[in-house]
Amino acid sequence: MTVLTASRAAFTRPGRGRLIVAVVGVFVVLAAILRGTHTLSLVPSDTTALHRWFNEVNRWVSSNRNESPLFLYFFNEIRAFVGSLTTFFQDLIAQPSYGRPVPIIGWLGVVAILTLLALVFANLRVALLVVAGFSFIGLQGLWEESMQTLALTLSAVFLALLIGIPLGIWAGLSDRVHAVLSPVLDFLQTMPTFVYLAPFTLLFLIGPASATLVTLVYALPPAVRYTAHGIRSVPRASVEASESLGANGFQRLVGVLLPMSMRTVVLGLNQTIMAALSMATVAALIDAPGLGKTILKALQTLDVGTSFNAGLAIVVMAIVLDRLTTAASRRAPVQQQPRWRRPLLIGAGLAALFCVYLSRTYVWAAEFSTGSTIGDDIARLSSTFSDWVTSTFSDLTGWLKDTTTALLLDPLQTLLVESPWWLVAALLLALAFLLGNLQATVVTAFCVAGLVLSGLWQDSMTTLAATLLATAATLLLGVAVGVWMARSPRADLIIRPVLDALQVMPPFVYLVPFLALFAASRFTAILAAVLYAAPVVIKIVADGIVAVSPTAVEAAIASGSSTWQTIWKVQLPMARPALVLAANQGICYVLAMIVVGGLVGAGALGYDVVAGFSQGELFGKGLTAGLAIVVLGIMLNRITQAAAERRRNA
Amino acid sequence: MRENVKARRVVTGAAVLALFLSGCGGETIESGSDGGGSGSGENCGTVNLAVNPWVGFEADVAVVKYVAEEELGCTVNTKDLTEEVSWQGFASGEIDVILEDWGHPELEQQYVEDQKVAVKVGESGNVGQIGWFVPPWMKEKYPDITDWNNLNKYADLFKTSESGGKGQLLDGDPSFVTNDEALVKNLDLNYKVVYSGSEAALITAFRQAEEKKEPLLGYFYSPQWFLAEVPLVKVDLPAYEEGCDADPEKVACDYPETPLLKFARKEFMDSGSPAANLVQNFSWTNDDQNLVAKYISEDKMDYDAAAQKWVEENPDKVEAWIK
Repeated sequence: MTVLTASRAAFTRPGRGRLIVAVVGVFVVLAAILRGTHTLSLVPSDTTALHRWFNEVNRWVSSNRNESPLFLYFFNEIRAFVGSLTTFFQDLIAQPSYGRPVPIIGWLGVVAILTLLALVFANLRVALLVVAGFSFIGLQGLWEESMQTLALTLSAVFLALLIGIPLGIWAGLSDRVHAVLSPVLDFLQTMPTFVYLAPFTLLFLIGPASATLVTLVYALPPAVRYTAHGIRSVPRASVEASESLGANGFQRLVGVLLPMSMRTVVLGLNQTIMAALSMATVAALIDAPGLGKTILKALQTLDVGTSFNAGLAIVVMAIVLDRLTTAASRRAPVQQQPRWRRPLLIGAGLAALFCVYLSRTYVWAAEFSTGSTIGDDIARLSSTFSDWVTSTFSDLTGWLKDTTTALLLDPLQTLLVESPWWLVAALLLALAFLLGNLQATVVTAFCVAGLVLSGLWQDSMTTLAATLLATAATLLLGVAVGVWMARSPRADLIIRPVLDALQVMPPFVYLVPFLALFAASRFTAILAAVLYAAPVVIKIVADGIVAVSPTAVEAAIASGSSTWQTIWKVQLPMARPALVLAANQGICYVLAMIVVGGLVGAGALGYDVVAGFSQGELFGKGLTAGLAIVVLGIMLNRITQAAAERRRNA
Repeated sequence: MRENVKARRVVTGAAVLALFLSGCGGETIESGSDGGGSGSGENCGTVNLAVNPWVGFEADVAVVKYVAEEELGCTVNTKDLTEEVSWQGFASGEIDVILEDWGHPELEQQYVEDQKVAVKVGESGNVGQIGWFVPPWMKEKYPDITDWNNLNKYADLFKTSESGGKGQLLDGDPSFVTNDEALVKNLDLNYKVVYSGSEAALITAFRQAEEKKEPLLGYFYSPQWFLAEVPLVKVDLPAYEEGCDADPEKVACDYPETPLLKFARKEFMDSGSPAANLVQNFSWTNDDQNLVAKYISEDKMDYDAAAQKWVEENPDKVEAWIK
């Protein structure tokens, strides 16, 4: 098999590049001739039979939700359980409960407990960060909202771990389960939240339960993935050693696999928390309390300052929780810890208990009442700043938008959208075959068929054009900044926190300034996608290049390579696996932003999804558009993956 | 070892600080029910008001909530939801009232006619007007632009990167059904409809257009708080006549004026709660709503403060609602 692929690769390689150029050339010529025919266009307010069928399903659910046993014994039970779990967390830290005007634990108690956790699982530095971070949130005047968000996050994360870790272990042990779960997880992560918000409220009504469940959908995949990955990467030798000692399956799991993959599982916890936090904003659309609501309300009156202040609170909370869990995953095992830790922790534990007691007794420790105006100051300053930027630069940015659109986006979009659908389909299949392999071609064929059947072919192609451009820009940016960070520790030190912040800052916050700078346009959507996807891509590239063996780099420098040559000929080629991963993740993250693109003028699938969420008559169309986004994601992922594999084999 | 000492010092420090703080004491939390409404409550009970995501709606809710709580002693819950999801709330019992509905025939059919869980309570007094608008500076510079017959003459002004060589008609809020694609086609206008996708995008576009004197033609609606900031000028399309919009493909006339409606959960309206009476009687003008919307959006007052201000200025209107 290896011989076969190798020889085929050797046979096709010289001509393949030329072949691709030829295929694209033929496509462009035919596209010019046949322009405007068989484009499968559909006006935004029109629907197809499939869309209307989804509407019927929607209506059926709504009329039968009180009678059908499916609801009485299944959905309603889930709702009751998840609802009480979420309410418990809310009562605990966020809202007045048990006849008292305050939550069970007041702010002092919450800070003390988190600090204690930081001391136990991380280190003193992180503990100080916890105190500073949460005090800052309190001073911003957003304590209660933040605790609501935290409560929602905690309950979603709790459920994600409850379900995700066993599933992950199973997927780690069985190849078949892994093969089945992977695409399902991809699906959960790419499916835009807007698509399932409305159906979820039908199934689980509004309120804390559905808010948690919506968040869970997005937070579950990392929990499963990281656990499975951890189990899978336990060295064979350790497993075999335990087998030879006569351990049975369960003993092997508890004694070897789980302890050895603990670090990865905790990293998974980290990603789960981040995912949950980023989704908690969107859940505000179905009445989930918390910071998301503050942000969305501010958006209605275009109040950039207020939404930035709330967005900042999310960023601070995310950074604190991120450092806490990251430090926990890196911490040395218990046996290696110094003896003095125990009395220290007992002391800290008692102090925390005392703080909790105080926070239940005194108003000052229960409610974070501030005379501070930090929140207002931040809001005012950021408003002023945003106004200044938009009024100063909007001519420049307008020119940038117009030029990029005219030179890059419009030609690409015209080719994909205005050509006959079968021509574009043929191009996609040919490229999948030439860049990837037969398997990728088959998957692409199914995806193309799905897009045609969805009735949203033209919208899909418009979205595809924007996605391709956004991904390309993201990768360029990712490589440029990633290389810089990898080569300069100081740059890394400064840029990394900015990337962290960008990753968790809810996109709704920068919607308004972006609109003022670039108007409602496809370019704005592309830019938002790049901004969202770039941090992940940059980090992957930077880490990949740092991991390139230093001896190879030194050898290159010793043999007289210039900096440029070292980067181009040694570091980048050797970091290829990281680059492939970056491309893959880049596509995922760009697709995740398509719906937000629909909010800023990108039209196409993103708009269909948003409109479907707002208008009953377009529900089915929105759902179909969501599926089309997933299909696009699968197609692009398969082609890039196959292309990467092929290169590695060649 | 050094870290050991340092860490211990921090802990003792924290403990001492805690003791010190507790020594200071402070106001303690009296447990017991302070709960929500202080009003004695003439068995009004709880009312769940939907809040749909636009400021005019919030203005309605602010005032009704204030009156229900202060005058009638009800407990009012507000829930931030989109239109579709609010209607679902009638069936699940989680929503009692939608105070401003711009017309959802399908949802009305489903929840009022088929499931019979909701009832149409009547008009809210506000009149919705959808239409095409330009920023005020354009009306001054091009006085005849408000006649649709002249739109083609000005199409070049409205070109953008998104409109493919034609004039741009910026549509936007995905919550509203629009006839604009059909209108452009049937009126032979050299324009392309561009979907901005959100109210925020539309308002930002109009705000910028007025500030920088840039041309913009877009879909907008009143009542809307933004009209108090920038009084957009409506472009007159061929006048609306009964039935001229019956076939969505062939529409060639302006949007109708829509009396905005109140809907409520049937059980709630039948309960005889004084709040149901309030909802039945609640009615005010576009100017009233825009004013309260302005209190909320521009003056950044919270619901209660905004409502209180308006209620104190309009005692007779409020009196008529609760009699």
